[in-house]
Amino acid sequence: MLRTWRQRITITDIFVWAIGLSIAGVAIWGTISTLQQGQYPGKVWLDLSIKGLALGGVYALIAMGYTMVYGILKMINFAHSEVFMSGPFTAVFVAQALSKSGFLDRQPVISLAIISLVSMGVPTLIAILLERICYRPLRNAPRLVPLITAIGASFFLLYVFRGLYGSGSFGYPAITPLEQSWAFAGIQIYKTQVAVIIGAVVMMLVLFGIVQWTKIGKAMRAVSEDKEAAELMGINVDRIIVFTFGVGGASAGAAGVLYTLLFPVVNFYMGFFPGIKAFTAAVLGGIGNVPGAFLGAIILGLLESVGPNLFLTGLGVPSPSQLKDAIAFIVLVLILIFRPTGILGERISRDKA
Amino acid sequence: MKSKSSYWVKTLQNGLIGGGISLLLGLVGMALAFGKTYIISGVITMGQIFILSPFLFEAFMSVRKAPSKKPSMLLLAGGLTGLVGGALLAAFVLIGEVINYRAVLVNASPNLFALLTFNLSLVTGILVLLTASLVTGLIAAGVFLLPERIKAALSQAVMVVVLLGLFRDLIVTVMLRWGVVQYVFLWMFAASGLKIIGALVIFVLIGGLAYWSKGRDRKAIALKRSPRQQQVTRWSTLGVLGLLVLLLPVILGSYFSEILDNVGIYILMGLGLNIVVGFAGLLDLGYVAFYAIGAYTLGILTTTEAVGLLHLSFWLASPIALVIAVFAGVILGLPILKMRGDYLAIVTLGFGEIIRIVVLSDWLKPLLGGSEGIQLIGKPVVGPLVLANQQQLYYLILIGIILAGFISIRLKDSHLGRSWMALREDEDVAEAMGINKVTTKLLAFAMGALFSGLGGALFATKIGSVYPQSFSFIVSINILSLIIIGGMGSIPGVFVGGLALVGLPLLLSQFADFRYMIYGAVLVIMMLMKPEGLAPEARRRLELHGEEAGPGPQNEPQAVKNNPEAPGGD
Repeated sequence: MLRTWRQRITITDIFVWAIGLSIAGVAIWGTISTLQQGQYPGKVWLDLSIKGLALGGVYALIAMGYTMVYGILKMINFAHSEVFMSGPFTAVFVAQALSKSGFLDRQPVISLAIISLVSMGVPTLIAILLERICYRPLRNAPRLVPLITAIGASFFLLYVFRGLYGSGSFGYPAITPLEQSWAFAGIQIYKTQVAVIIGAVVMMLVLFGIVQWTKIGKAMRAVSEDKEAAELMGINVDRIIVFTFGVGGASAGAAGVLYTLLFPVVNFYMGFFPGIKAFTAAVLGGIGNVPGAFLGAIILGLLESVGPNLFLTGLGVPSPSQLKDAIAFIVLVLILIFRPTGILGERISRDKA
Repeated sequence: MKSKSSYWVKTLQNGLIGGGISLLLGLVGMALAFGKTYIISGVITMGQIFILSPFLFEAFMSVRKAPSKKPSMLLLAGGLTGLVGGALLAAFVLIGEVINYRAVLVNASPNLFALLTFNLSLVTGILVLLTASLVTGLIAAGVFLLPERIKAALSQAVMVVVLLGLFRDLIVTVMLRWGVVQYVFLWMFAASGLKIIGALVIFVLIGGLAYWSKGRDRKAIALKRSPRQQQVTRWSTLGVLGLLVLLLPVILGSYFSEILDNVGIYILMGLGLNIVVGFAGLLDLGYVAFYAIGAYTLGILTTTEAVGLLHLSFWLASPIALVIAVFAGVILGLPILKMRGDYLAIVTLGFGEIIRIVVLSDWLKPLLGGSEGIQLIGKPVVGPLVLANQQQLYYLILIGIILAGFISIRLKDSHLGRSWMALREDEDVAEAMGINKVTTKLLAFAMGALFSGLGGALFATKIGSVYPQSFSFIVSINILSLIIIGGMGSIPGVFVGGLALVGLPLLLSQFADFRYMIYGAVLVIMMLMKPEGLAPEARRRLELHGEEAGPGPQNEPQAVKNNPEAPGGD
């Protein structure tokens, strides 16, 4: 037994494990020396953690689009980051108009509902169009073909939106009732962060409920299990796929609303990093798995928020938060190398080649 | 009965799609950017062509699907499609009288409305717009009714006229360098676009030529020649082509040489990525990483700035840069050996971004210059001559391309090349056939990294400085698009793609803003309509269109043309 195990190990395995272990070692060493230096008091870590939770909630909602589409079509919808961008980038004009007319201050709840509606409606529409125009004709094409199409669609959408709304950045007006913060045990908790966390959890529960307990959710699971068999059982596969894209788009739009509560400035390029990170989160939790995406997103949000300071300050890296995007990518690479099934995933990425 | 009514619904739908596309082209700003670019002076601008061409296309789609081929029916369908599209635009203009779109849509400016209404007053403008779209639809239907030979000649003639009008400035600039010869051509150009008479002459000339050449059976004529004659023709064409390539910078001047240099660097990298994606089927989205590594290594080794290390000459530093790029290719290739398809794409994208972020950060600033990059990079020196200007660098890049092209061609049908293609088609089967997956894949990454690193080194020495901003994800997409438009795995395709996707936007400054939008659209459209590319590899075409075509009559000339590339002959 031991012998076969030793025979199976190759130089590449050793190399890969050495890289993985050295990265883990650097992270641990950095953490220890950061904590020893004691540069940051405990409340900073708590503060960063809350921020990370909020961020994770946003990533979780975007990740839903990736994970559900992957579950059904076994493809990465690369254009999902632009689907996400389209919502808040369109809704910002509604928000500005509402703010200018004073309606936003008088009726913040109704205004927020209108903004959310626009922010969710546009991505839903775009996701459905994307499926109809780009992906449906390629459903049986060789595997690289839909992926390249998705990359192309992503860039097309990116620059179409730049052309439509301009390349500038637009600011969301402040929503007064969400402005304040609570002082709690010596730390500041911003209302926006709490609202984002609550919003994300509620949305996730709704999505989980749709997938788990409704008839169409059951059909979705059936299609993701076996498309042909589902069709034989009388399920309209096309309709289910459209519905999946629609739900993914809507949840990306909801994520857009929450994202703009955290970062109120939007531009045409805002989708790229959240999109890639949400994908990372989906892979981290096990792609195709709804609760997994949530778990992965929370972990990634925390890592991104706490990580740079925790791992890198102790190593003497100046301005570590510049490297926060690199941390997300490193997590992505490590996960795909060492556990491509993710934390909760059972389906192995290799069997669908 | 039902199918007929559903056909008319489809026609209306096509009209709306056409209107939607042309509205999008308008709102994105593309029509406006070309609003003053006349194709035929005083008659039609490129902007108007952008607005009307979707109708042409959609009307064509409607007509093609018509249940009966009666001329009246086809004209009705085409006209209806155009009219519906025009009506959509008209509605947009009319609503614009009430609502100010501009608060949201930056390009919905008065200029766009002027373009849509042909610079006329509102009512007449809308009437003219509707008429123009109706006529466009009718033209599409009319053309559909013509015999194949006339159709082809017509479309070629229109294409040439549009291209000549579009590139009027460039052609005139180049021709002014030619002394007396310019008078042969210059009479047909106006201040913007072609003169009406020039357009007519070109149209008739090209149309006639196309009509005549379509009638000849080229293959039969080619077969009539003896093998020796065929060889002579082939070599003389190659010789003329080679001479032209050598003389290009002299003919075109320094401005165009710079563009040629850029195209050349992209072609060089395209040849490398073609090995990774086209031959071995590994979709690498982080290809820019090796470009960055090549450029930065050369920069650090040759710069006279404080961050410079050894202050080597270009000739000493570039082999080191290449070795480091290849090494990086192998190192980054090792962990991803087990991945395939989409996961591989995402991980390589991650690698590319990690490298860019790390280079940009303050952390490595003392080593790599952070966001300020590295300046004062050394130029190559040959004897007493410093290769400093764009015309001289062209030859250096040309040598690089020839080298890369030669290696690619030789590798393609070698043992290694066949192993790559086997891996591309089916990894498990290839492995079962005794192909060593590890070395084969790593060699693909290493070859790709080699050419990319060479491209980076040439880029660094050409610009004289490197910045992390030059190495963003978009460069990888750029290279990917150019090999896809040419055809994955096809070496001539890389040249076609490079000239079309890098050359055209650089030549036409109006395209600059829409460059990446067009790349995106090109990727999608190519994948949907012609996944094998414009200059496809013979084997790939058979795979993708195996049942329909086979080695049919229209495919064969291409296959004959491809043969000389096969190594091992003469």
